[in-house]
Order: sequence, then structure tokens, then C-alpha cells
Amino acid sequence: MSVNSLDDPFNPGSELTHGGGCACQRCAPSASALPDNSEAMLDRAIESAIVRGVFGHNELSRRSFMGMVGGGVAAAILGSLIPMDAVKAAVKDSLGPLEKKQLKIGFVPITCATPIIMADPMGFYAKYGLEVETVKTAGWAVARDKSLAGEYDASHMLSPMPLAISMGLGSSKVPFIMPALENVNGQAIVLAMEHQDKRDPKLWKGMRFGVPFEYSMHNFLLRYYLAEHGLDPDRDVQIRVVPPPEMVANLRAGNLDGFLSPDPFNQRAVWEKVGFIHLLTKDLWAGHPCCAFACSQRFASENPNTYSALLHALIDATQYSSQAENRKAVAEAISTKNYLNQPVAVVQQVLSGRYADGLGNVLEDPKRIDFDPFPWQSMAVWILTQMKRWGYVQGDLDYRGIAEQVYRVADAGKVMAEMGMPVPADPYKSFSVMGKPFNPADPEGYLSSFPLRRS
Amino acid sequence: MTAAISMRAAILSVLLLVISLGLWEVLCREPAGVVPAADDEYALLMGAADQEARVPPPSVVFVHAFNELSQPFYDKGPNDKGIGIQLGHSLYRVLTGYLLAALVAIPIGFVIGMSPLMYRALNPFIQILRPISPLAWMPLALFVIQDSETSAIFVIFICSVWPMLLNTAFGVAGVRRDWINVARTHELSPLRTAFSVILPAAMPTILTGMRISVGIAWLVIVAAEMLVGGTGIGYYVWNEWNNLDLASVIFSILLIGVVGMLLDLMLGGVARLVSYQE
Repeated sequence: MSVNSLDDPFNPGSELTHGGGCACQRCAPSASALPDNSEAMLDRAIESAIVRGVFGHNELSRRSFMGMVGGGVAAAILGSLIPMDAVKAAVKDSLGPLEKKQLKIGFVPITCATPIIMADPMGFYAKYGLEVETVKTAGWAVARDKSLAGEYDASHMLSPMPLAISMGLGSSKVPFIMPALENVNGQAIVLAMEHQDKRDPKLWKGMRFGVPFEYSMHNFLLRYYLAEHGLDPDRDVQIRVVPPPEMVANLRAGNLDGFLSPDPFNQRAVWEKVGFIHLLTKDLWAGHPCCAFACSQRFASENPNTYSALLHALIDATQYSSQAENRKAVAEAISTKNYLNQPVAVVQQVLSGRYADGLGNVLEDPKRIDFDPFPWQSMAVWILTQMKRWGYVQGDLDYRGIAEQVYRVADAGKVMAEMGMPVPADPYKSFSVMGKPFNPADPEGYLSSFPLRRS
Repeated sequence: MTAAISMRAAILSVLLLVISLGLWEVLCREPAGVVPAADDEYALLMGAADQEARVPPPSVVFVHAFNELSQPFYDKGPNDKGIGIQLGHSLYRVLTGYLLAALVAIPIGFVIGMSPLMYRALNPFIQILRPISPLAWMPLALFVIQDSETSAIFVIFICSVWPMLLNTAFGVAGVRRDWINVARTHELSPLRTAFSVILPAAMPTILTGMRISVGIAWLVIVAAEMLVGGTGIGYYVWNEWNNLDLASVIFSILLIGVVGMLLDLMLGGVARLVSYQE
């Protein structure tokens, strides 16, 4: 097995950033150094994770340090600071034998799914002993139905979807859990080229907008943005559900005037010269959640070890994707026909954050899309306030109860701590959306502060 | 005389083909690509004009078709398979759904055709169910059956059942009374009459129904697969549409046409076998 990212982390010459099957020239694997059985592989994965964590996932500083002091000395130093054997034992204990090795995971071909997709070609699933088939899905309704039917063991979902499914909104009521976010930010409002002079949303009356799904951050953010500018999203404009891959074709056909959609379709609209980027959703709410990794409660409780391994793989992949220096390799790995099926140059602009806006400017925003696994429960509460605001749900809501049932902070926190990532102490951080602060302790007060609402 | 006409028709067909391809080639020629200067970052990020999606000229489509057809069975992961594998999945779904439909439709059609009572009793249901677009069943099927593969087969089943059912009933009801009377004078049992007199007599009409059905099933599978995704020629079209790769889309459109024609020709051949002259 040649999983190059499992090369010896104490060796200054080894390359840890490229996965199995990587065709690049530097990846001629030093076969002798690779572990040959699953036990040794797991040991190596743990060592590797700790070493990479110590160096802040910076390959350059790891390799120069190892070169300077020598791998053996470094291992001794690290061993005196961290009880390696105890950590290995603890991790193996918590992993245990996998109940199910072959998994089917659904994804919708957008850059939000990056960790779920790239974990396959870059070897993150294999690293935790999983054989995952990632299946491209035509849209969110199909992803929901295939997940409910058990055809997918787990799926890429929009962060409001597991909440909606658990509450039985727009689906049968099945407890779903969301142990990790995939990405934050990474969406944009795109308008057709003919609306170049209508940058003020007050001029948007009567226009038709696409969002990927009803229970999506896209829908809630677009509604919020329109309402803040005095437009009633139900009466003054038309908001249609359009699967992300069909957004650009619809914009070109004049079927839509604009959309708030996931990348790479925003950048693809610019690339095709049919639209321009009006704003990034990051500028409405910096660090807003978007897509997530979700599965049914049943899957998690019936296969606790598989669930844990999967969560490890995804959080590891998410962490890897968030590093700016890895983004180029990730973009190349996910642009292929098997995954996003998009020009590399488009995906590159999304992931690097240096992009053309379609109006003649080159803009730079390294946080245009970012990857952060922690499922903040305050964000679930915000999503619930917006569901209630626009009438998707009526009556009293147990905001915290639902948030804590679905957004599994404990599971994510445990894995993040094992990997040496900082774990926030309070899952209810407050934040502001378009400058208006949100206090997660008082969702009803927040809700009634909006003049425009349906409940 | 007829030979001369078919000769002239063939020449005309070729001429039409050449003219339309020529026009297409001229109208859709790629614009001369202006390579952006290396220091013009905006132009580089926007992509040159020749990278934009547009309707490709036939020469590009042919080159693409050649590439695809020269490796029809490659398998690069669950979402990237060769055109042969995709067609195989679609044909499997169409034939399974279609054969199941035939198994159900032909016996029921027979009963309806034989018995005016059954005809009247079942007619209201048939009239309501028949005009429903098969794709409208898709959400319900996905929810109830809980399996996308079976749902696609179900949709094919439901769309191909009606033409076969109605044509069988029509054919059976239209068998000449004289022939049945002759059977009766020979004291044939009702079952024997059904198989040795009515079935052969109704066969051409039944085959017409089967031919219509297979055409509809092939039309519907493309749309169903675009909706559900995963595998199949419909998924292939959808996947290339995502990437606005129109050369692939046109190639698959042509291929869908060719396969549909072959299916029709096959049933046409069977129909000739069972046809008779009165």
C-alpha cells in the first residue's frame, strides 16, 4: 500500500502532504519507510498527526526542524513531552474494530464538499481504514431521500438540513445528527451581466433568484439580506429552488436574474461571462456555516467505531483543506470528472481566494471559503430563528434542545482534541449578521426584533 | 423504378446531411482565441474567449465522439465511467422495467379485451393513470420504494405499461367474430381459442403497443436518470451539463437517438415476423 502521507514524520526527507495514488513527481514513495500492516499504519497516523500538529501543519518547518536535530532526537523530545504510547493506545481504544468498512457517502458537486471529496483521492479515508465510495448526487432533495432510505451511509448536507429532517420539516421525521461542519463562507450573490447597474438591492423588485434548497443557509441569508434592504422575499421577488449545478445554465438562459449559490458555480458564471459576483456571503456574516457532514442517529449508534473513524477522517481532511498552502493540490484533486467536473482554473480561484469578479477587478480574499469542523450550536439556534421567521416552522421551539440533539459538539470536540486542534469551550458563541449582533441566549427576543417576519 | 427512387432518396439524404453539417461547422466555428498577456491577471482569471462554453462545431463533436467510443468501458471511480458502461446501466433499467410491464400489461390487456365487463370496470382507472407523466411518480417512488435504482425501474414500468395494455385490449377485442365462431364450431376450449386463435390474430396490434412502449421507456429513462443521478446515459448528460461541456452533450444526444432507433428496429423486426395477410 502506498499511502505517502503516512511516510515517517520524523524523516526530514519525507513528504506528508500527498495522498495515495498521487501522481506528482515528488511522490515517489520511500516504500521501505511505509508501515506494512494496519496496526503499524494506525501508529504512524497518530504519530504523524501529533507531529504535524506540533508544527502547526507546516511541512516546511517540520522538515527543516527534523533536518536540523535529526528524527531520532525529535522523537525523543516529543516522547518526553507527550506520552506517545498512551495516546496510541487511547486512540486505538476509541477506534476499535470497524463494524462497517465499505461506506457510501453522497455529495453534491460543489466546493463546500471539498473535505468529503478530497478525502477520497488524497487518502484520508484509507488512512482510517475506510473504503468509501463517494457518489455524486443531483440535488439536495435526492441527497435527503437517499440518506433517509439508507442508500447512503452518510452524506454531505446543508447545515440546516439535519435540523429540518430531525424536526420532520419537508421530510419524514428521522433523527439525524451533524457531528461536523465542512466549510464556512464560500457562497456569493451573483447577478446576470445585464444587472450591472443595479447594485442596490432596492432596485431588485420583481427579480427571480435561485437558491439551492429551501432549508439552506443560501435561502436564509438571501432572505435576510433582502429584508434588511426593505424587500419582502416572499412578495417582492421570486425565490426559486434550483439545484446548484443548474444555476449557471439557468442564468445564461435568462431564467434567473441572480442567485445565491455555492461555489464553484459563482465563479463559473463569471468564467462563462454571464454573471458577476455582487458580494460574497462572507461579507454578510464572516464565518457563517454552510455545508456539513451528516448521518442518521441510527448509523452512528449501530456503528460507533465506523462513525468515529469517519469523523476522524473528515475532521483531518477539513483541517488539511483549511491550510492555504494545501489549497492548490486540493483544487487539482477535486476538479476532475469524478468529482466537481469543472475547469481547474475556476476551482483554483474559489479555493485560493484570488479571483476575478466579472466586472474587471481582481479581488483577493483568502477566507472566501474556509474549512472549520466545529458545529457551533449557536449557529443552529440562528438557523432555527430564521426557519421560524419565514414560517417554515410554527409554534414554540426548544431551540437549545434541538441544537444540542443535532449539532454534536461533543463528538467533534473529542476528535479535534485528539488531533491537537483547539476546541472551543462554549459552543454558543455569539456573532453578528450584517452588523446586527445575535445573542443565542435570547432567540425569541432576536426574532421579534425584525419588523419583517411571518410569525 | 423503386430502385431509382431509393437511390435518389439516399443521395438526397447524404446531401442534406452534408449541407446541415457544413452550415453548423461554419456558424459555430470557434473564434480566434486571443491569448491573454501573461501579466494581465484579470484576463487570465476570466479565461480566454475560446475557453467559454459554446455550441461546438461538428468537427469537435466527432473528435470527442471518437475519443469516447475508443474507450467505452473505462472506470475511473463511481462518478466517472465510460459511455459503454453508462449505456449498459440505462439499457438494463429500461429492459427490466419494460419486461416487467409486458408481463403485467399483456395478460391484463387480454382479459380486458375478452370481457366487456372488465373493460368497463377498469376503464376509469386506466384513463386517470394513463396521462400521468411518468416522472411525476419519481418523488413518490423514491419515498416509498426507498431505493433509487428500483424507483427508476418503476418509472419505466409505469410509463411502458399503458400503451401495451391498451393495444393488447384493442387487438384482442378487434379479432374477427368469424374466426372465434369457427373455433367454437370446432369445439375448441376457451383457453385453446385464446392461445391458438385470438393471440396470433391480435399479435400485430400487441407488437405495435410494445413498440410504442419501448420508445417511451427510452425517452423517459434519460429524464429519470438526470433526476436521480448516479449512473446511466441520463446522468452522463447531466454531469456534462454541469460542466457546460456541449460537445459531450451533443455526442450523447446522438447516441441516445441511435440506441433508441436500434431498439425500435429490433421490435420492428419481431413485428414483421408475426404479421399476416388476411
